[in-house]
Amino acid sequence: MTTTLKVNGRDVTVDADPDTPLLWVLRADLQLTGTKFGCGMSLCGACTVHANGAAIRSCTTLLKDVAGQDITTIEGVQGPEIAALRAAWTTVDVVQCGYCQSGQLMSACALLKANPRPDADAIRAAMSGNLCRCGTYQRIEEAIALAATPR
Amino acid sequence: MATTRRKFILGTLGITGALVIGWGLMPPRQRLTTSQPLPTSEGEVAFNGWVRIARDGEVTVTLAKSEMGQGVVTSLCMLLAEELDADWSRVRWQQSPIDNIYNNIVSVVDGLPVHPDTDNFAVDTVQWLTAKTMREIGVMMTGGSSSVKDLWRPMRQAGASAREMLVAAAAAQWGIAPADCQTENGEVIAPDGRRLGYGALAAAAAQQALPRDPALKAPVRFKRIGQATRRLDTPGKIDGSARFGIDALPQGLLYASVRMCPTLGGRAQRHDAAPARAVRGVKAVTAVEPLRGGTGGVAVIADHPWRARQAADQLDVTWDHGALADFSSAPAMQRLADAARDERGFAFFETGEVDAALAGAAKRIEAEYRAPWLAHAAMEPINCTVLFEGNKATVWVSTQVPGLARAAAAEALGLPDEAVTVHVLMLGGGFGRRLEVDFIAQAAAIAKAVPGQPVQTMWSREQDTRHDLYRPACVARFEAGFDAAQRLVAWKNTSAGQAIVPQVLKRAFGLPGGGPDKTTSEGAFDQAYEWPAARIAHAAVELPLQVGFWRSVGHSHQAFFKEGFVDECAHAAGVDPLAFRESLLRQHPKQLAVLQAAAKAANWGSPSPAAPDGARTARGIALHDSFGSSVAQVAEVSLGPDKAIRVHRVWCAIDCGLAVNPAGIRQQLEGGVVFGLSAALHGGVDIVDGQVQQSNFHDQQILRLNESPRVECVILPGNGHPEGVGEPGVPPIAPAVANALFALTGQRLRSLPLKLA
Repeated sequence: MTTTLKVNGRDVTVDADPDTPLLWVLRADLQLTGTKFGCGMSLCGACTVHANGAAIRSCTTLLKDVAGQDITTIEGVQGPEIAALRAAWTTVDVVQCGYCQSGQLMSACALLKANPRPDADAIRAAMSGNLCRCGTYQRIEEAIALAATPR
Repeated sequence: MATTRRKFILGTLGITGALVIGWGLMPPRQRLTTSQPLPTSEGEVAFNGWVRIARDGEVTVTLAKSEMGQGVVTSLCMLLAEELDADWSRVRWQQSPIDNIYNNIVSVVDGLPVHPDTDNFAVDTVQWLTAKTMREIGVMMTGGSSSVKDLWRPMRQAGASAREMLVAAAAAQWGIAPADCQTENGEVIAPDGRRLGYGALAAAAAQQALPRDPALKAPVRFKRIGQATRRLDTPGKIDGSARFGIDALPQGLLYASVRMCPTLGGRAQRHDAAPARAVRGVKAVTAVEPLRGGTGGVAVIADHPWRARQAADQLDVTWDHGALADFSSAPAMQRLADAARDERGFAFFETGEVDAALAGAAKRIEAEYRAPWLAHAAMEPINCTVLFEGNKATVWVSTQVPGLARAAAAEALGLPDEAVTVHVLMLGGGFGRRLEVDFIAQAAAIAKAVPGQPVQTMWSREQDTRHDLYRPACVARFEAGFDAAQRLVAWKNTSAGQAIVPQVLKRAFGLPGGGPDKTTSEGAFDQAYEWPAARIAHAAVELPLQVGFWRSVGHSHQAFFKEGFVDECAHAAGVDPLAFRESLLRQHPKQLAVLQAAAKAANWGSPSPAAPDGARTARGIALHDSFGSSVAQVAEVSLGPDKAIRVHRVWCAIDCGLAVNPAGIRQQLEGGVVFGLSAALHGGVDIVDGQVQQSNFHDQQILRLNESPRVECVILPGNGHPEGVGEPGVPPIAPAVANALFALTGQRLRSLPLKLA
C-alpha cells in the first residue's frame, strides 16, 4: 500500500504499511537519517520533525496520519528562525555528542515560529520534552534566547 | 603469537597490577608512524600516522579517539595544529584505522592501584613498563578521561615533525638554513618575508628525512592550546549530516530486530520462526547466543526496520533463562551490605593504627551508604551494522574500542582480525556503554545469516535499558573517631561491590582476572585528604550480573559516600563543612585552591537567596579528585511541591592541569553536573529474577531542561600537562546536593537516588 506525502518540499510516495511510524519512513525509506530514534514513545524528542509547521514526534506519528501533509526534517528546514538558531548554536557552542540536537533544533524552531520572543519560562516549557544526555540544556536555553534577540 | 603474548601480559596486569619481566628490554617504540602508511587522496601527503596535507593546504588530522560528545575532535586537532602552526580554518579530521600507535597508554597506567601521592622508584618502574607494554599489546580505547592526556605528546610531536619537514623543504627551495625560517598559519616564512603555503610544500616536504626528535614549543609560545575554541564538529550536528553509528547506510542495507531473552544472560531454547517469516520483507530468522557478556535471543532480518520489529514481535520463543534466573537486586544489595559490615576487604590505603585510634576516640560516628546499579542510557540506542562476505567483513559502529570491536566481530564470524574492517562513526553518547562489545558480536553473528548483505542490528530503547552492563551497586560503611578537642583522629571505610575489571578481562580477552581492581576503590582511597589514621578497603563480591564502566566509574558512587561522610564528620566536629575540609588539605595546595575557588564563586558562608517561588534554599559543598583532576562543587537546593528536590545553581571549580580547550572543559563540567544529577535524583535499575524492571525514559528518567541548574565554572590555571576532563565533573554533584539537603532539612541522605522522608 502506498502513501503520498510531502517531505522537505518534495512529493514522495512510500510503499509501507500505513501504520508504520513516520520516523522509520524518514530514516529507512527516504534515507533522511538526520531525524533520530531515541525512545519510540514520544519521551525524548530526538525524532522531532515539523508537520505543516508544527513540531511532532515522528516515532509515534503513523504514516497514515500524515498522508498529504507537509513534513519538514532537519535536512530540509529553512527560514530565518532556523538560520538564527543555527548561528546561535554555533556561537554558544551548544552541541556535545549531537545525537539529540536535530530534535532540539526542530523543537526550538517551532517555538520561535509560534513565539518569536519567548521568555525563559516559555523556552523551558517548549524544550523540556527534548532530552539531552550530555546535559547541554543550559546552552540550549542560552542559544534560543540569543536567536530570539532582535538584531 | 600476538594473542598469546597479549593474553599473558594482560593476565599478569590483571593479577599482579603489572610487573612484566623482560618487556623492558624491548627498544622504546615511537607513536608517530603506523605500520602501514595512511591512505591518501590525489596530491595529498601523509607525514606520519597523525597528519596529512593536501595540495590545496587542507590539513587532515587523524582522530584516534571516538567523538562521543566530549570534544576530542576539537581538542586533539588543537594539539597537532599548535605544533604544526596550521591554519585552523583549514583543519579537518578523519577517523583513524586500527594500529598500535593509537593504543591508549595513559588509561592503563592510571589504572594501576597506586595512591597519587606515592613517589618511589618501584612505582615509576611499573608505570614505565606498563606504558611500553601497552604501546605494543594494548588496545585502542576512548575512556577514562584520557584522550588529551594520552595524546598530549604524540600528537604535538606529529605536528612538530611535519612542521620541520615543511620548513626543510621551504629552506631547500629558498637555499637558506631551516633555522632562519618561521612558520605561521599554514605558511613557512623566510627572513625576507617570502612565504610558501604548506599545500605547495607538501610534496617536497614528504621527501625530507623524518625528524628524529622534533622540538616542541614551550607552553608560553602556545597560540591555540589554552584558547577557548569552538567545536569543529558543530556544522554536521546542526544540519543532520553528522553520521552516527545508527546512520550507517551501506548499499542494500537490511535491518535486524532481536527478541532477546528477558532474563539477562539467557538464551532462546527453541523458537518457531514461521509467524515471523510470514511478515512482508523478512529475509531470515536466526538464533543468537549470549556473547561477550550479553544476552541471547532470536533475530529477524528484514528489508525495513519497522517490519523487522513487527516480525520479531511475532516470534514464538521458549527461553532458557540461564544463570541469572534467581538473581534479584534487593537481596544482592543486602549481600553487599553484609560484606561491607563483615569483611575486611583489600586495603587500598592504610596509615597509622586506625583500630587503636578508634578505640581511644572520645567520640565515634558511623554510617552506611548505598548506591544502586545504573544503566548508561545513551541517547543513541545500541546498534551495529555488519557486512559479512565469506572471507572478510565490514563493521560500521559507534564504539569506544575499535580493536576489541574488530576482534569480537571476527570471532563471531570465524574470521581472523585482519579480515575485518571497522568504521567508527560518531557516538550518540558512550559513557562507558560503548566500551562493551556484546552488541557487536551479536550483530556479526546475525549478519552471518545473510552473507553479502549488510545488516543493521538495532535495539529498542527498552532493550537498551534492560540489556546494559550496569554500573555496579556499592555499599560503604564508615567509622570516624574524634578526640576530646573534636579533632578527627580516625577514618575507617570499607566498601563492597562487584569488580568490573576481572569481568572485562574475561569478556574481552577470555582471561581469568583477579587481584585488586582499582576501579572498585577509586574515589575512596586515592583522595587528597590527610587522614590522621585510616584504613580504606574494598570487599569485592562476586555476583553473576555483568557490570561495566559508567562515566567516572568507581568515583561515581565513592564520591557520594566519602563526601557525605566527610560532611557528617564536619557536623560531628561542629565545624563548617568548608573549614573542615580545609583542615584536611594542609599539604595539598591544589585541592585546597579548587575547594576555595568553588566556595568563593558561590559566596559560601553568605545567606543563600530564596528560590524564584520564595522557597528557602541551602547549599552544600563537595570536593573530589578523579582522572588526575580536582573538582569542587557547591550546589544550591530547595524543595518544591511533594518534597521534590530542586537544584537551582551549581558552582564548579576545576584544576585539570594545563587547560587545552577551556570552552570544551566548561561544556564537560556543565554536562557532567547534569549527568550526575540524573543519577542522584532519578537513577537506578531494579532487577527481579534476572529481569530489569525499568524500560524507557518514563521509569528510567534522566534530567530534563526544566530540572537543569545553572552551572558556573571556574577553571584554575593548572600546571604541567593536561589531566582528565570528561568525567571529573560527575562525581561531586550527588554529595554536594545531599549535603545541601542536609543543610536545608536536617535529613542525612545516605542512599541514591536521593529521596527525602
